[in-house]
Amino acid sequence: MTPDDASVDLEEIEIDLFIEAMLRRYGYDFRDYGRASLTRRVLNLTRRFGVRNISELTAQVLHTPQRLEEVISGLSVPVSEFFRDPLTFRALKTQVFPFLASFPQITIWQAGCAHGEEVYSLAILLTEAGLYPRCRIFATDMSQQALVEARKGIVPLGDIRQASSRYLESGGGRSLSQYFHARYDLAKFDEKLIENVTFARHNLATDGVFCEAHLVLCRNVMIYFNDQLQRRALQLFAETLVRSGFLCIGDRENLHVHADVPFEHADKTLPIYRLRRAVDAP
Amino acid sequence: MITLVIGGSAGGTVALRRFLPRLSSQFDGAIIVMSHLGPGGGDLLVNGLRNICGLPVRLAMEREPVERGVIHIAPEGYHLLIEYSRRFSYSVDERVSFSRPSIDVLFASAARVYRKELVGLVLSGANADGAEGLRIIRRLGGKALVQDPREAEMQAMPLAAVSHAGCDLCAPVATLADYINNDMD
Repeated sequence: MTPDDASVDLEEIEIDLFIEAMLRRYGYDFRDYGRASLTRRVLNLTRRFGVRNISELTAQVLHTPQRLEEVISGLSVPVSEFFRDPLTFRALKTQVFPFLASFPQITIWQAGCAHGEEVYSLAILLTEAGLYPRCRIFATDMSQQALVEARKGIVPLGDIRQASSRYLESGGGRSLSQYFHARYDLAKFDEKLIENVTFARHNLATDGVFCEAHLVLCRNVMIYFNDQLQRRALQLFAETLVRSGFLCIGDRENLHVHADVPFEHADKTLPIYRLRRAVDAP
Repeated sequence: MITLVIGGSAGGTVALRRFLPRLSSQFDGAIIVMSHLGPGGGDLLVNGLRNICGLPVRLAMEREPVERGVIHIAPEGYHLLIEYSRRFSYSVDERVSFSRPSIDVLFASAARVYRKELVGLVLSGANADGAEGLRIIRRLGGKALVQDPREAEMQAMPLAAVSHAGCDLCAPVATLADYINNDMD
C-alpha cells in the first residue's frame, strides 16, 4: 500500500466520523447517502471552511453550531435550472395536469426544492393551465438556506435566455418575461407564483409523511441516496400519494433495483410514475 | 484485472473510433468512457460505437453495476461516479471547470475504488479536464496513458494531462491499444 492509499483510507475513517458527528450532534443522517458524491461534497466543504482535513471540519461542526446551516447547504440538493428537461415538463402538462384537474383541491409536493427553480417552473405551467388557484404546493428541503433562496426567487439574468427557450419547449404558452422583473443583472420572479406555495423543512432521510398529495416531484435528489434510502423515500411518496397519484423523478434515475416498489411507469420514455392501485387480497 | 477509464473532448470521438475497435474482444476488464458531448450525445456515441467495437457498448446507467467486458458510455449532463460497490452513481452537482460531466470527477472517484487496478486514458480535447483526475489515478497506484498530442485533433487536453500528471505511456492510440491488449491483462 502506498502512502497515498493510506491517506485515502484515512479519509474514509474521517468521513465516517463526520457522519457520526452530524447524526449525534444535530440529528442529520447522512449514513445512507451514496459515498462517492458525499465524499466530494465533504472535501469541498473542507476547502470552503479553509481547514486542512475532514477531522478539522468535524471539530468545527461540533463546536460551531452557528455554521451548521452552511454545512447542510453544502451537503444538500444542488441548484437546478428552470424547466430542466423540457420534455418532462411538457409531459406533466399533457399527461398529469388532466388528472390534477379532476380534483377540486390539488396538493403537490416538491421534495428537495433547492433554490426553487422547479417550483417556479411548475407554478408557471399550472397558472397557464388555470389550475394554480386550486393548488397547494409544499416545497421542502433539508437546507434552511436553500428555502430562504427559494422564497426570494431571484436568478442571474444570464440564465434567463436558456430558461426561456426551455420554457417554450416545455409547452409554455406565453413569454417567460411575463413572470419576472429584471433589475440590473438579476431577475426576480413574480411573488404570485409562490402565493400557494408553502416552503418548509423536511428531510427525506429522517422525516415522515405530512400531507396527502396528487403529485410528488423529487427530481435528481434520490441519485444521492443508496438503495436503502431510495427505498425509504419511495415508501414515503407512496404513502403520501392518493390512489393513482403521480411521481415525477429525474430523467435518468433508476428505480428498477427495487422489484417491489408500488410504482409503475406512466410512460416508458419519461420519468413519470404512477402509484399502482392496491392489489386486492386473494 | 484492470478497469479502464477514458476521457475525451473535442476530437475525442475520432480517437475513440480508432482506439476502441482495436481492443481485444477477450479484454475482460470494464471500460468506462466519458466524452464532452451535447444534448443526446451519450446515446449517439453508444450507437456510433456499437457496430465497430468487439465488446458490447452500453450507456452507464444510474445504480447499475460496472460490468467486466463491457464498454460503458457516460451520459451527458450528469457527473458520473463509481461507488465502492462498483456501481455507477450520478450527480448534478455544480460544473467542474465549466464541465458536467467532468472527467476529473469520474477519474478521482474511480481511483479511490480501483486504486492500482485502474488505468486512465486521456484523449484529444480543447481543455484541461482529466489532468487532475489522471494525477490522482497515478497517486493511488494506477497507470496513466495519454494520446500522443501530435496525433490528437486537439492537443490541449493531452498536453495538460502530461504536464500536470505525467504519464506511463504517451503514444498514438493504436500503440496504446496494443499495450492494453498485450501488457495489461
